Amino acid sequence: MIKTESLKFSYDGKKYFDFPDINLDSGENLLIIGNSGIGKTTLLHLLAGILKPESGSISISGTDISKFSDTELDKFRGDNIGIVFQKPHFISSLTINENLKLAQYLSPSKISGDAKKILESLNIKDKYQQKPNQLSEGEKQRASIALALINSPSLILADEPTSSLDDFNCNNVIKLLKKQANDHKAQLIVITHDARLKKHFKNNLNL
Amino acid sequence: MNIFKLSIKNLFYRPLSSLLSLLLLALGVSMISLLVLINSVVQDQMNNNLKGIDMVVGAKGSPLQLILSSVYHVDSPTGNISLKEARSIEKNPMVGNSVPLLYGDNYEGFRIVGTNEKFIELYNLSIENGSFWDNEFEVVVGKKIATKLNLKVGDTFVTSHGLRETGEAHTNTPFTVVGITNFSNSVADQLILTSAESVWGVHGDHTHDDKEHDHDEEHDHDEEHDHDEEHDHDEEHDHDDDKEITAMLIKFNSPMNVIQFPRYINENTNLQSAVPSYEISRLFKLFGFGIETINLLAYLIIIVSGISIFITLFNSMKERKYDMALIRTLGGSRLQLSSMLVYEALVLTISGFILGIILSRLGLAFISSLMESSFNYSLNSYGILNDEFWLLAISIFIGLIACLIPSIQVYKMDISKTLSNE
Repeated sequence: MIKTESLKFSYDGKKYFDFPDINLDSGENLLIIGNSGIGKTTLLHLLAGILKPESGSISISGTDISKFSDTELDKFRGDNIGIVFQKPHFISSLTINENLKLAQYLSPSKISGDAKKILESLNIKDKYQQKPNQLSEGEKQRASIALALINSPSLILADEPTSSLDDFNCNNVIKLLKKQANDHKAQLIVITHDARLKKHFKNNLNL
Repeated sequence: MNIFKLSIKNLFYRPLSSLLSLLLLALGVSMISLLVLINSVVQDQMNNNLKGIDMVVGAKGSPLQLILSSVYHVDSPTGNISLKEARSIEKNPMVGNSVPLLYGDNYEGFRIVGTNEKFIELYNLSIENGSFWDNEFEVVVGKKIATKLNLKVGDTFVTSHGLRETGEAHTNTPFTVVGITNFSNSVADQLILTSAESVWGVHGDHTHDDKEHDHDEEHDHDEEHDHDEEHDHDEEHDHDDDKEITAMLIKFNSPMNVIQFPRYINENTNLQSAVPSYEISRLFKLFGFGIETINLLAYLIIIVSGISIFITLFNSMKERKYDMALIRTLGGSRLQLSSMLVYEALVLTISGFILGIILSRLGLAFISSLMESSFNYSLNSYGILNDEFWLLAISIFIGLIACLIPSIQVYKMDISKTLSNE
C-alpha cells in the first residue's frame, strides 16, 4: 500500500514541484509517465526516501517516511525498497554474488531471499562469481534487478528501465520486472517517459 | 560481506595505487625503524662493553682509535707501550683496577688477546667447558668463536701474525684450547684470550732468523717510542724493560679522577690516555648529523605516503560515486560509507607499517651479517622497541589525516544528485 498526499519539493527554493497524489492498494502496480524535466526522478527519489519532501506525506505499507531522519530513511530503504536504475549500478570491486551479500549485510534486520534462486530465476546463475564489468549490458540489467530484489522489498521502484532498449527487449524487461515483483509479492512502480509501457499497466499516472 | 571486507576488496581492485601507498609507507617506516634499531643495539653493545672501564692507556695516536681497538676490538691498535711505563701508571694511587692488553696475532681473523685474570673479572666471564689457562700457549675461546669455528677443548691451532688472517703463520708455537667461555654478550665472546706471556712467547721466539724483521711486523703500526724514559723507577724490574703491551684498561678509585688523571698522562708521559665514554659520545655526535638527515628523509617519505593515500582515495571517489550511492540506496548509512574509506586508509597504513617493520628486521639481519664478516660483530635485536609503537601511532595518524577529507565528503554526499547525473 503506497499513499502520497500533496507532495511538494523544491531544489534550493528555485525549481518547484507539486506532485499529484498517489494511492496504490497492495498488489497493484503503477506506471508514472512524463516528459524529461518534469520531476520524474525527483518523485522516484522522494518515494525511495533518497530525498525528503518539503511538505506532504509519503506512506509506504502504513509507515509515514516523510518525517524520517536520514539514518531512519537509509534503514527503511534498505529493508523495504528495491531500486532498479536506468543504468545498472554495482560495487565494481565485488562479484555479483558479493554485491548481493553486501546488500544483505546492509539490511541485516530483513530476512533476505536466496541469492542463487534469484539469479536462477533471472537466468544469470552462471554469472554468480563474475565481476560486474564482465557481464553484458542485458546481464547487468538482470543482475541489477536481482540486487533490487535480494532483501525482499515491499516496493520496487524502476527508473527508466526500458528507455535504451528496442521494442523486443523493452517487452522482455517489463514482463520480467512484473513477474519478479509478483513472485516476490512486491509492488512495482515504474517511472518513465517511454510510452510503449502504457499497455503493460492498468494504473497510469501522467505527470 | 561487511564494510571492512568491502574496503579490502576495494584496495585489491586498485592494486597499483594501493601498492604505491603501501610501499612508500613501508619504506619510511623501515628506514626509521632500522635507524632506531641500530642505534639501540649499537648503544647497548657499546655501553655493555664499556662497563668498568674509565680510561684506556696506550701509545700516542688517535684517542678514538685507541678506544675502538682496545675496548671494542675493531680498529687497529695505535702501537705498543713499554711494560715498564704501564707498570708505573698501575702504581698510581688513583688507579683502582687495571687490565693489560697485548695484541699480536689472530686465528681465522679473530684476535688473540694476551691479558691476565683481571680481564676475566672485568667482563665477568665464566667457563662453560674446560678451564682458564694455566700455562703458556693455552687459550680460552669466546663462545661465539667456538661455535663459529667449531673449536673444542683440546683442539690446537696455529696463529697468524697481525690482525688479519693473511699474516705469516707462527707454526712453531701452536696454541691449545683449554676452555670455552659462556656467552657474555660482550666483546669477550669474539676474542681468544691467553696470557701475556704466551703472546711474548710467540714473538720473542729468537729462533727467527731475522729479529729486526720480526720486530717490524710485530707492530704493524708506526710506533714512535722516544726511549728517554724517566729513570726514577724505585723497584725491581728484571727483564721487563724491553717487554711491551698494547694498551691498558683502567678503572679509577674514585670517579672524580677521570677529570685530572687522563690529562696528567697526556701531558707528562709518552703515553696516550683516552676516556671511552667521552670518545664514544664524540663518535655518536659525528654520526648524529647523518642519522638526523636520514631520519628526516624517512619522515618525509611517510608524509608523501600519506599524500599518496589521500590522492588515491580522492581520485577513487570520482570513479566510485555510483558505487557509493548504491551502498546508500541499499540501506547503508553515511557513517558506514565514511568508515569504508577510513578502513581503506587504515588497512594501507597498518599493513605498510607491518611491512616496514619486517623490512627493517631483514635490513638489520643484512647489516649484522656484514658487520659479522668485517668486524666479527653481530647485532641481534628483533623485538619491538618503544619507539616503534610511536611509529605505529604516527602511521595511523597519517592514515586518518589522509582519509579525513574524502570521508567527510562521502559523508556529505548528495546521493540524489549523484544518481540523477547518470
